Amino acid sequence: MVLLRQLLRSFLPFLVGLPLLFGFQAALQAAGSQAYTLLLTTVGVNIILAVSLNVVNGATGQFSLGHAGFMAVGAYTAAKITLALAGIKLSFLPEVLSDQIFFALALAAAMAMAGLAGVLVGLPSLRLRGDYLAIVTLGFGEIIRSVIENMPSLGQATGLSGLPLRTNLVWVGVSALATVVMARRLSVSTQGRALFAIREDEVAAEAMGVDTTGYKVRAFVISAAYAGLAGALISHAILLATPRMFTFVRSIEVVVMIVLGGLGSITGSVISAVLLTLGLEALREFQAYRMVVYALLLIVLMLLRPQGIFGTHELWDLKLFKKRGAAKAAPGGAGAGGAP
Amino acid sequence: MSDATLEVAGVTMRFGGLKALADFNLTMRPGELVGLIGPNGAGKTTAFNAITGVYQPSEGDVRVCGERVNGRRPHQICARGVARTFQNIRLFRELTALDNVRVACHARATSGFFDALFLTGRHQVEEARILERAESYLEVMGLAHRRDEVSRNLPYGEQRRLEIARALATGPKLLCLDEPAAGMNAAEKIELMELIRSIRDRFGIAILVIEHDMRLVMGVSERLLVLDHGVTIAAGSPAEVRANPRVIEAYLGDAYLEEKHLAVPAPGGST
Repeated sequence: MVLLRQLLRSFLPFLVGLPLLFGFQAALQAAGSQAYTLLLTTVGVNIILAVSLNVVNGATGQFSLGHAGFMAVGAYTAAKITLALAGIKLSFLPEVLSDQIFFALALAAAMAMAGLAGVLVGLPSLRLRGDYLAIVTLGFGEIIRSVIENMPSLGQATGLSGLPLRTNLVWVGVSALATVVMARRLSVSTQGRALFAIREDEVAAEAMGVDTTGYKVRAFVISAAYAGLAGALISHAILLATPRMFTFVRSIEVVVMIVLGGLGSITGSVISAVLLTLGLEALREFQAYRMVVYALLLIVLMLLRPQGIFGTHELWDLKLFKKRGAAKAAPGGAGAGGAP
Repeated sequence: MSDATLEVAGVTMRFGGLKALADFNLTMRPGELVGLIGPNGAGKTTAFNAITGVYQPSEGDVRVCGERVNGRRPHQICARGVARTFQNIRLFRELTALDNVRVACHARATSGFFDALFLTGRHQVEEARILERAESYLEVMGLAHRRDEVSRNLPYGEQRRLEIARALATGPKLLCLDEPAAGMNAAEKIELMELIRSIRDRFGIAILVIEHDMRLVMGVSERLLVLDHGVTIAAGSPAEVRANPRVIEAYLGDAYLEEKHLAVPAPGGST
């Protein structure tokens, strides 16, 4: 009974979110619009990327620029697994279900491998701070990409193509929801407060008993794992994984999202991920000016509102939600993450 | 020997050619209140940093409850029961008073990231316990009404007190206060010293205080240690220290004379 209550508490956002997502998916299929599916997938993937990077850059205050590298690790891991398992079916299950089980496996592996890459990159580089850390993570991201580019088994520069279509809006929605729930639960927990303490004053945090290096690495690993998840999802939506998808420009796009939304604000990350993705889609005709628009957007923002759209505030900090208390705030996260 | 909270034996700190601290010895027992004094640049904060693990001593041993802690990282030494405050206040400025203290309670937490992400029962119990503890420490330091205030917005004296509350929340056996009364007026200082004494009585922990104000530190501590240029020039009861000619020369001399307006050369001979 206790265990049941605990499981319920743990997975409540998903119990609420899943039926909504299935309903949404069915409605969209009935309307029969493929274009929107891909757009919504991109939105969802960007939410995952932004919210997870915010755990490192916003909550812990460590400026990482290597998110695309971890995305690549996840994408290639998942792609290898789905390609290898493409012909195999679990005979006792319907084909769709068997495929999805394999995909779940691939996603889990993608997260694990990206997390592992996070440990390998984080351990040596998190001794550095500020600009130095940014440069080192940028370097590591590029190293991961060029290693992939030179591995024959990973298709080198052409990448892996012909991946099976596995990503659907339910997967994307659940993953985005999981990312938001992760970030939200972290931010109200004692572990999360330790991360905030590192951001505020590393010397004091260390003196107050926070294992600063250990916690920075942990935050980095969690963030990397979710980036891997995002990479796996996007590559199985566009059926392709090439090194060009994971250049440092991609990392910078994500950084722009979280700076725009407000470093440290989960709500801000979600909203700016949605806005920027939709905005760029609207600018598709002017593809060449994309980076110009990005830069202008950042300049205007830094002049008018340097702390980002939300600053460090959250949707659930509003008086409206305050009364419901911390325990009930998770469904609030479901509302934000359930949109895709 | 093992009943001592802190044993510092022959600690020397060298920075290149500079000997910031030479052969520093200090033993503290539970419930003792020791003052560390000396002129600017005497090595008081260096001694603190050597004890709390910010610096690794060039020579000598630091033992906390009998365990040698040289070369340990500050958070490990904190976990062994040494907490500190900082000379220039180092609060987590953007966090609330409550969260500042809750971070310190984290040192004793046993639940991990997994528990936090899946809201396990252990995590819930832990959070409730931390909240309760943090609130009680705010209460002790008279900051309960500031609970949800962002610490950057607190008045100076309350920031100092919050720092002490935060240090206490790590559950220390030894509390090191680096100039807790800096920047306070006379009345506030007396109040603070009363508070420090009451903390000692209430929690039964050893307290090491760095202080500039001689009268104050002499009034509150049972034992004094005087540093000058990294060398311990005197140790003993306030009365002994006050009578020590080397102390008067190094430190009390000027301060004492200035206080009494004696023999201070008038600038330009205008009188």
